[in-house]
Amino acid sequence: MRGAGTRLLATTALLAIRAIRRHVLRSFLTVLGIVIGVFAVVTMVTLGKGATQSVHDQVSGLGANLLTVLPGNGPGRGGGGEAPPPFKPEDVTAIRGQIGGVTAVAAQAQASETAVYNAANWSTTVNGTSDAYLDAQNWKLTAGRRFSADEEESGKSVCLVGSTVARNLYPGQQPVGTTLRLGSISCTVIGVLATRGQGGFGQDNDDTVIMPIKAVQRRLTGSRDIRAIVVAADPAYDSAAIQLSIAELLRQRRNIQGGKLDDFTIFDSRQIADTLSGVTGVLTAIVSAVAAISLLVGGIGIMNIMLVSVTERTREIGIRLAIGAVGREVMLQFLVEAVVLSCIGGLIGLVLAFFASLGLSAMLGVPFVFDPLTNIIAFAFSGLIGVVFGYFPARRAASLNPIDALRHE
Amino acid sequence: MSEPLIRLRGVTKQFGEGEAAFRALKGVDLDIAAGDFMAVMGPSGSGKSTTMNILGCLDVPSSGAYLFRDHHVEHLGRDQRALLRRRYLGFVFQGFNLLARTSALENVELPLLYRGEDKRRRHEMAMVALEKVGLVPWARHTPAELSGGQQQRVAIARAIVTHPDVLLADEPTGNLDSERSVEIMELLTDLNRTSGITVLMVTHEPEMAAYARTIVHFRDGLVESIERKPA
Ligand SMILES: Nc1ncnc2c1ncn2[C@@H]1O[C@H](COP(=O)(O)OP(=O)(O)O)[C@@H](O)[C@H]1O
Ligand SMILES: [Mg+2]
Repeated sequence: MRGAGTRLLATTALLAIRAIRRHVLRSFLTVLGIVIGVFAVVTMVTLGKGATQSVHDQVSGLGANLLTVLPGNGPGRGGGGEAPPPFKPEDVTAIRGQIGGVTAVAAQAQASETAVYNAANWSTTVNGTSDAYLDAQNWKLTAGRRFSADEEESGKSVCLVGSTVARNLYPGQQPVGTTLRLGSISCTVIGVLATRGQGGFGQDNDDTVIMPIKAVQRRLTGSRDIRAIVVAADPAYDSAAIQLSIAELLRQRRNIQGGKLDDFTIFDSRQIADTLSGVTGVLTAIVSAVAAISLLVGGIGIMNIMLVSVTERTREIGIRLAIGAVGREVMLQFLVEAVVLSCIGGLIGLVLAFFASLGLSAMLGVPFVFDPLTNIIAFAFSGLIGVVFGYFPARRAASLNPIDALRHE
Repeated sequence: MSEPLIRLRGVTKQFGEGEAAFRALKGVDLDIAAGDFMAVMGPSGSGKSTTMNILGCLDVPSSGAYLFRDHHVEHLGRDQRALLRRRYLGFVFQGFNLLARTSALENVELPLLYRGEDKRRRHEMAMVALEKVGLVPWARHTPAELSGGQQQRVAIARAIVTHPDVLLADEPTGNLDSERSVEIMELLTDLNRTSGITVLMVTHEPEMAAYARTIVHFRDGLVESIERKPA
């Protein structure tokens, strides 16, 4: 009996495809809602996964886990109150000396300057830091060399240029060896940084000039203040624990009493990546909701067309019942038809989504990540819609009275 | 004469309720012997089709008993009656009722589908049935490509492909000219003789009824008389 059952299912599937082929255009219009729904969801999820992947790639490209310590509580400083004190070089030394599981610690001072070379000028950010900063970020050079210990120690006026700066000031030229003017000072270019691309928040990482921190402090900012401390954590250690001990150390050094809040913030690159993934997740959820409505409309379209089909084929149903089909066999036939219809819609949606996300990810510069699970779920869901919305028409077909059905014109 | 294959006892059928109630059958008693060829005649509205529907297990009597091979079937549910039809009964209708845009062969295969026969066996059995009605060359044609007489023969092939005990035909020649009608009657007679299938047929025309061995006359929802031809 089971063999007969599967055979019947196979045959009904065939009958269903035949019935659908009889009305190609109508069937296509019917499944349009499903096509759009599946298309939207799968495209969004695929792009979202690509974006998440690119964030993770960037974070893992940073090498170790990066902790960035900034003065102030949270990214935006609340109005009023005193500005929190900046860090001092001693803080950096303390972190380097007292925190375990840290592979590199680099202080950062920053100034915005206009870089000038020959007739060309370019506004950029001058980062005062050390070789440790390059180590922490796993940042390579394409030409020249890094700072020497002596240059760092004495705060010599030497610099590394980011690829954006190099491109804009030295078109078709080798920057190494030239003298670059930064506002009122000048520095000798000793190296060119490799391209890093966009950061997690869309900023251009390559639009920078890096100098020894002492040079920036002495010649540009005019103070020993440190704007940020970048700490590379050994991946073998728990970065959250390191974060806690740094916070503890800084609270002591900055004299923050028990109940008071930190006046500094530590960002964990991994957390930032997770936050960004979360944002993509929210976007995906919103589009999915829109798509769900589209799928619902698609489902209602299928129900409508199946009801029309049941009415049109009342006589056929009568014949099948008279011949000895039991109700659930007739029901199965129409259910299979609805499911085949919606699955075809789902399949078209998947194919469209594949090409659309291929094209869009190229346009948006995120990697194309084909996720089989997303596709399988979307396809299964379109089939489910067929079952749900095909059920009512199928039941109506199955419950027809054979005598009336046979008389139907 | 063998034990009756079918017995109706005091069968009534009422349509509608209360004021609008209408009694189409008022107590029909009828015995049908296995292998009989029975014609059912009577004026329009006398209850012929209603009786055929009950005999064909498409409908149930309001009261009375229906014994099929000595089993009470008047109380059977929808699905049980469907299975009974699948197993023992074949239908031929006045309007042919073939599936459109479906070949003669596939139409004939249809009942086998519900019996769970595999593809090869379906094809074999359907071809045998088409052979019996002389339509093998037309197996691949759709109803639209066939004449009325040919369509009715496809319908007969579909009805007999499962080797049913009883073939029920409600005015099978009602849509055919007399020449085609005679062909159909000869085919039914032949099937009745060679396969021993019991044929129950409603007809208005005495010439068609003349092919039958037993003629039942209905009037006002009752059996008025039964003529049996000498063997
Ligand atoms: N489903 C129905 N509902 C109401 N009345 C019906 C129904 N079917 C048949 N009738 C009535 O029952 C009577 C017998 O009908 P029927 O058996 O079809 O007659 P006929 O002998 O012409 O085949 C007719 O008066 C018909 O109008
Ligand atoms: Mg009638």
